[in-house]
Amino acid sequence: MSIEVNIDKFRADSPMTDFLRMERMPHIWCPGCGIGTVVNSFAEAVKKSGMDMDKLAVISGIGCTGRVAGYVNFDSIHTTHGRAIPVATGLKLANPDMKVVVVSGDGDLTGIGGNHFIHAARRNMDIMVICVNNFTYGMTGGQLTPTTPQTANASTTPYGNYEYPFSLPFLADACGATYVARWTSLHARNITKSIREALNHKGFSFIEVIAPCTTLYQRRNRLGDGLDALEYYKEEAGVEKDVDTREVGIDFQGDIAMGRFVKQDKPTYEEAVNERYANVLGDDYQLYGMSKPEREEKAKREAEDRAKMQALMDDEEAQMMAEDMGVDEEGL
Amino acid sequence: MRKTAADPKGVLEGSHFLDGDHAIAEGALAAGCRFFAGYPITPSTETAERFAERCPGVGGMFIQMEDEIASIAALVGGAWGGQKVMTVTSGPGLSLMMENLGLAVMTETPMVIADVQRAGPSTGLPTLPAQQDMMQIRWGSHGDYRIIALCPDSPQECFDLTVEAFNLSETYRVPVFIMTDETVGHMHEKVVIPPAEDIEVVERNYYEGPKADYRPYKFTGKDVAPMVKAGDGYRFHLTGLTHDERGYPHLTVEQNEKVVTHLIEKIDSNADKIIQLDESEMDGAEVVVVSYGITSRIVSRAVQLAREEGIKTGSMRLITIWPFAEKRIEELAGKVKAIVVPEINYGQMVREVERSAAGRCKVVSVPHCGGAVHDPEVILDAIKEASK
Ligand SMILES: Cc1ncc(C[n+]2csc(CCOP(=O)(O)OP(=O)(O)O)c2C)c(N)n1
Ligand code: SF4
Ligand SMILES: [Mg+2]
Repeated sequence: MSIEVNIDKFRADSPMTDFLRMERMPHIWCPGCGIGTVVNSFAEAVKKSGMDMDKLAVISGIGCTGRVAGYVNFDSIHTTHGRAIPVATGLKLANPDMKVVVVSGDGDLTGIGGNHFIHAARRNMDIMVICVNNFTYGMTGGQLTPTTPQTANASTTPYGNYEYPFSLPFLADACGATYVARWTSLHARNITKSIREALNHKGFSFIEVIAPCTTLYQRRNRLGDGLDALEYYKEEAGVEKDVDTREVGIDFQGDIAMGRFVKQDKPTYEEAVNERYANVLGDDYQLYGMSKPEREEKAKREAEDRAKMQALMDDEEAQMMAEDMGVDEEGL
Repeated sequence: MRKTAADPKGVLEGSHFLDGDHAIAEGALAAGCRFFAGYPITPSTETAERFAERCPGVGGMFIQMEDEIASIAALVGGAWGGQKVMTVTSGPGLSLMMENLGLAVMTETPMVIADVQRAGPSTGLPTLPAQQDMMQIRWGSHGDYRIIALCPDSPQECFDLTVEAFNLSETYRVPVFIMTDETVGHMHEKVVIPPAEDIEVVERNYYEGPKADYRPYKFTGKDVAPMVKAGDGYRFHLTGLTHDERGYPHLTVEQNEKVVTHLIEKIDSNADKIIQLDESEMDGAEVVVVSYGITSRIVSRAVQLAREEGIKTGSMRLITIWPFAEKRIEELAGKVKAIVVPEINYGQMVREVERSAAGRCKVVSVPHCGGAVHDPEVILDAIKEASK
């Protein structure tokens, strides 16, 4: 039996056409996998933001989530395992007009790449990091990651996990991230909004999305399919306002605290570099060949753009409220 | 390739008293490098320090990364961000860079890596010279590939060859190594930096054409596709996976063969253009000493002594280490009695000499453990023995 698909029609009709490399479809992800939701929300957020898509770069590491860079229609680099953040750092510093977004998995970002994660957060490097946390190494067959909850079964902890897991919002917050949020793949609208906010945020922003790996984590732990995962999120995930990130750890199938936990203004790495050099070197200093008045003009322009974007988001939110489109009480 | 004069902003024209490490930083700035990511390690740190000090004045960016893995990774991003990029390291840091060296090779990303060699294995002798990484740079990352490596024997050459390294890396879209060592790195000598208009710089070859037609790769085995930079609307994709001309994964044996033979051939087929050798008194030589880097300076004394004793001794200094000068060695091997190869390791480049000579002449290894240079008498004895 074969299924007839009019791929050209699909491409022409899809609202995602501008955002995805349609010529690379179909993608490799399993049915019910949570990664797709994040990609959709990301595309939606970029679309709504109205930003210049040429000025956005997506960098991924290795893993199922690491494949995101290959499917999105932006300047993109699929790097080595764990190294998306330093590649993103290099690209951002070499070309500061770019908005640089890292999309990768929990193992990639916080296991093998953990050192880069904490240092990029510490520097308040102006990049966004989206972590699809499925509590497992999906691509290699369901092994333990630094986020696997205790007692959960992984292929390398066949008797259940005995290690203490990372709580990623706490880690990011403690390291100096200036925007930290967590959602689940059930909360697509919140993810979209959060990504939009983070696109408009200056500094290191971190968004964790709890998402099912249906093929491995769900199955190995006898948790059912993708729908069962969404059912779990519906039952156990709730928005926490003004919560201390120390309190948001996730136990096996336990509560999931969601929300925007941190949003704070702090000079970015580039701004700190600028300020220090300019203080010491005065007018001799020209980062990327820009004089001080030019730098100030640029900063002013960017701040205005951000304010405009924020106003736009506020308006849209007010309108949605007015139309009672069921904005989740959790709105950001 | 578009050759231009250097941007005067980065050129510290004049006569200076510099050590090799500092000269590398000046060479990079003269070549147009404006992005440096590194991690401190003896005996290479002075290059990073000088770049950090100089870059704010020339519109460059310096970042001390959290480790060497991050340093070389940042170069991949920096290069596609649109800058000429470099890092510097030594043994342990070089080992950490190996995986992303492969990423740079596979994505055909230009970058310059200076390895100021110290004695290993492991932490070894951190403050003393060696030539023990010659094979690691060639084979250390998994898979089949080629890189280019140059080997300066003086601070002046550290400057000159760093400029050359950038030019080669842009021409062939390949990582290029500067293989120096603790002694050259820390030795102070006169370095003459010419005026900017006398320094030839290869500019990045940027694609200009319809956006939809851009292909980041072509697998010709002769030359490389032009590059683009992030933000210009080409929506390029790069991956370490086996890829097609658009940069998209294409995971077949046939495609892997296409990509890998290109990576190899783009260097091998241009080897004659790339290779630089410094030869003296080769005509009628009975024995030729092949050496490189700091060891060449000891060899010049040993060769002088041998000539004084009446042995017809030629000297060949490998300025280019990789690609290896196999044709020239093969040719020589048919004419001379023996080739003597002193190096500060237990026999690395001598294997290449043996391979190229293919039994046509004697090949004599003069190994030395890391941490010190040879005594010229030891090399002289080897020359005498070989001439018999
Ligand atoms: C240096 C290195 N070590 C190991 C691997 C094998 N590897 C590939 S993907 C992966 C795990 C990815 O897990 P995660 O980041 O959580 O992504 P997911 O597949 O779950 O989305 C591993 C260990 C590799 N590619 N490179
Ligand atoms: S293995 Fe798991 S993470 Fe990977 S695509 Fe399948 S469901 Fe998603
Ligand atoms: Mg994972």
